[in-house]
Amino acid sequence: MIAYIVRRLLYGVLILIGVNIFTFLLFFAVNTPDDMARLAIGGRRVSADAIEQWKIQHGYDKPLFLNAEAEGTRKFTDTIFYERSVPLLKLDFGLSDAGRDISYEISQRIGPSLALAIPTFVLGLWASITFSLLLVYFRATWLDFWGVVVCVVMLSISALFYIIAGQYLFSKLLRLAPYSGFSEGLDMIRFLALPVLVALLAKLGPEARFYRTLFLEEAGKDYVRTARAKGLPERIVLFRHVFRNALLPILTSTVAVIPLLFMGSLIAESFFGIPGLGSYTIDAINAQDFSIVRAMVFLGSVLYIIGLLLTDISYTLADPRVRLE
Amino acid sequence: MSQFKYVLLWTDAALYLLVIAVLVYVWRVRRTPTLRATWQRVLHDRAAMCSAIIMLVFVTIGLLDSVHYRPALPPAPGAPTNTPVAWSPVTKSLLDAVLERTTPAAERTWSAPLAYRQLLKETEIIDGEPVRDFPRLVHGGAHLDDPESQWTRDVLTRASLGLLAGVAVAVLLVLVIAAILAARWRLGFATALHDIFAGVTKVPWRAMLITIALLCIVMGVVGALATGYHVLGTDRTGNDVLVQALKSVRTALVIGSLTTIAMLPFALGFGLAAGYFKGWIDDVIQYIYTTLTAIPGILLIAAAVLMLQVYIDARPELFVTSAQRADVRLFMLCVILGFTGWAGLCRLLRAEALKLRELEFVQAARAFGVGHTRIILRHLLPNVMHIVLITSVLEFSSLVLFEAVLSYLGVGVDPSMNSYGSMIDMARTEMARDPMVWWNLLAAFVFMLAIVLSANLFADAVRDAFDPRAAVLTRVSRLRRLVRGKAGGKV
Repeated sequence: MIAYIVRRLLYGVLILIGVNIFTFLLFFAVNTPDDMARLAIGGRRVSADAIEQWKIQHGYDKPLFLNAEAEGTRKFTDTIFYERSVPLLKLDFGLSDAGRDISYEISQRIGPSLALAIPTFVLGLWASITFSLLLVYFRATWLDFWGVVVCVVMLSISALFYIIAGQYLFSKLLRLAPYSGFSEGLDMIRFLALPVLVALLAKLGPEARFYRTLFLEEAGKDYVRTARAKGLPERIVLFRHVFRNALLPILTSTVAVIPLLFMGSLIAESFFGIPGLGSYTIDAINAQDFSIVRAMVFLGSVLYIIGLLLTDISYTLADPRVRLE
Repeated sequence: MSQFKYVLLWTDAALYLLVIAVLVYVWRVRRTPTLRATWQRVLHDRAAMCSAIIMLVFVTIGLLDSVHYRPALPPAPGAPTNTPVAWSPVTKSLLDAVLERTTPAAERTWSAPLAYRQLLKETEIIDGEPVRDFPRLVHGGAHLDDPESQWTRDVLTRASLGLLAGVAVAVLLVLVIAAILAARWRLGFATALHDIFAGVTKVPWRAMLITIALLCIVMGVVGALATGYHVLGTDRTGNDVLVQALKSVRTALVIGSLTTIAMLPFALGFGLAAGYFKGWIDDVIQYIYTTLTAIPGILLIAAAVLMLQVYIDARPELFVTSAQRADVRLFMLCVILGFTGWAGLCRLLRAEALKLRELEFVQAARAFGVGHTRIILRHLLPNVMHIVLITSVLEFSSLVLFEAVLSYLGVGVDPSMNSYGSMIDMARTEMARDPMVWWNLLAAFVFMLAIVLSANLFADAVRDAFDPRAAVLTRVSRLRRLVRGKAGGKV
């Protein structure tokens, strides 16, 4: 088990190095730092001096991979690649193009992101499972049929519409919740109620339909027939047997998502004005701040790999028959 | 001397190729008994066939919008007769030409659906006096002398005329289709009509004909109203919202279909190679796609699009018209989405190839000394095509939804190109206005729901037909692809 985890961790580091090289190529090889400088300063007719100035200011004035003028190992370390990529592996994100400390910004914004993401995740899982169980309980009736129809219609609607409709209904017409914004303490609930509700509704359609098929698959198995044959009421068959067994694949598959909750939600945060990591990323995209985007890409990859590892471990914990080699 | 200069945009060419490919596939299906039997299950599904008809209408709109040309400019006054023709810098499509006939003039700013006055007050000089009022629209209700009293009657007349025309066309179509079917079934016309309306045909003709009739009626009413009004109002710059929604159909179709095509080379090549060769090739390919899925999808796309934008901005001389620039961006967006999205399909194909390579017919081929390339092309590829088909129809609707999110984030299509994402983005701030501007959002909502819902229903039927056992499994693997990496093979 330990040996397996260590091996997976090493594989994760290998993947992180791959991510690092890939994003570096994407950001610096397709376009030269000159192009970036021109974009940052704005306008097409920028003097060569201004470009040089910008590059020196932001540390882009070195060769990409190999510094022929330097001596010894400095040949490799005195380059953009080394200075921009190796610190990332130590989770040192450096300064953004606008000159602010990225690590500090992330530590400030991770709280609001989690305050939105965790309730959404927990309540969303609960609502989807409850709804799908309801459909399974009434399976092959008109309630089940129309429930699935509602699911299909709901998953055909863009998430953006849920947010806009929610803001219109609850903030403008009913005046129950503020349009957008965020504050600390208990007041937070007032601001977060609407985003959580909207995200919950947006996820309900696809997830409930998916969980319903999982439950139905489980309900077709032999042990369920046995349980029914020995005279257990349908309620107990469903909750004590089907539900528990179908819950395993659901929980193990959601484990991988948990680390990614730290990244926040891009759309919900920007619509509802929550100062989390999602809106930070969007601001960076709009301001074309490549340092922040790269830092967030790296953070996301780290969390993804942690998620992979957690999934593997949760499989052995949930089902002792699975052995990790 | 011709009046038009034909323009072939990148996405046009890709769409034409796609249509040809689909036609070739249909021809193949008709000749292959097994494929025909499978597709018959889709043909017998009521929801799928009704959605197919709706999709067909959207595809027709999209294809009309994919024939582009640049009209000739009228010769400059006083120019010598032998000067070469100057072409308009504006690229138009056949759909533009059709729409221009019904809704010619653009307004100055917002106006409500079917309105005859602008939404906002403006100061006008009437008889030398400045008057603050809602000005009349250039196009909407311009034919009315006294709109306050005539408006209701005019709208009702137009709507009922359109309704009548729609019903007439619908009845005609139903009769024509019934006659064709009667001839094909070798039945009397009355018997065929009776069978259709009793709903006893295997292909659900009754439901399909009802869908066609409803579509005819809706198009009739909307078309009749559009001759005198802006049916869905106008947006901030005074453009007809209905026209924008129709133009956005093409963007959605292009993103939904070309992206899948773009991911096929990677997914097929890598997936089959990994599954067939196993060993170190498999390890390398798995490493590549795990790395790719480790990067948060939206961020990767955003980064790639930003890079593309920098590239396009730095080389303005490559693109003659703004339509060309927007089109290249759309094309590249599809390629980027395909490049970032192939990992899921690749994983499915790898698993299938792992299974297939152990089967007798592949072993036999190897024993006969058939080369690797030939085995992959002749024996593996045809046997994984159903996975490719299922994935591409399932992906279509999620890609259409995804485009809206990307455009909202500012990394989607070019701002000058019509798309549902940019319509929603615009509508977002307009909802907070007073009086509220809701028609932009409504138009985007209705059109997107129609496209995505019909695509979803059709895709479900295709999946069930090609993989009845895996009706559950496909959903599982789609979720797995989202949340899990290499561990998939371990359990």
